Amino acid sequence: MNESAEVVAGAFIFIGTLICLISSVGLVRLPDVYTRSHAASKSSTLGVLAILIGTQLYFLISEGYFSIRLILGIIFVFLTAPVAAHVICRAAYRANVPLTETSAEDELKDYFESNKQELSKTEMKNE
Amino acid sequence: MLDIIFKIALVGFSLSSLILLIRVIKGPSVPDRVVALDAMGINLAAITALVSMILNTSAYLDVILLFGILSFIGTIAFSKFLEKGEIIENERRN
Repeated sequence: MNESAEVVAGAFIFIGTLICLISSVGLVRLPDVYTRSHAASKSSTLGVLAILIGTQLYFLISEGYFSIRLILGIIFVFLTAPVAAHVICRAAYRANVPLTETSAEDELKDYFESNKQELSKTEMKNE
Repeated sequence: MLDIIFKIALVGFSLSSLILLIRVIKGPSVPDRVVALDAMGINLAAITALVSMILNTSAYLDVILLFGILSFIGTIAFSKFLEKGEIIENERRN
């Protein structure tokens, strides 16, 4: 394995570790579910993607082995981690988990309430 | 050189999982815990990648894909349970 390729794979792995560490610190320090999920979904995904790309480069360079499974894993993590964060945030909002005190405004709340009123009206009509 | 980086990365990921465990234990609401567990699952996939590089084998690479899929399915199931109270709905609502 030549020297420069080793540097590239090592840099990917090191940067990915750093980003994941930062994301987990964000998960502990941020004030409510939504900001925490922001930290967890974006930076954790980026860090793990960097690690997996580093792994792919390492196997490609050291053994000349191109792993389709790893490429599939990369694409899958890239597609599903933000979706999972979105769905869990929506569940948290519907379950009335409070926002942090410092948040300025909650635009979704008005929308939800008008939606609920319309729903109850249509239900009354149906009955 | 690369061996040292692998070991640093393993220590970093273990530390990161430990910090996430704090959030799982003391998270005030259930979605907090689910978010932290999801991040832990993805961390575990990265740890698997690192171990497969340290052991210099490509046999563990499909485990990474498996961890990604399982963590996604678990999070989706849990959030559906939180939202509707059941995971698989039997009765169809018209």
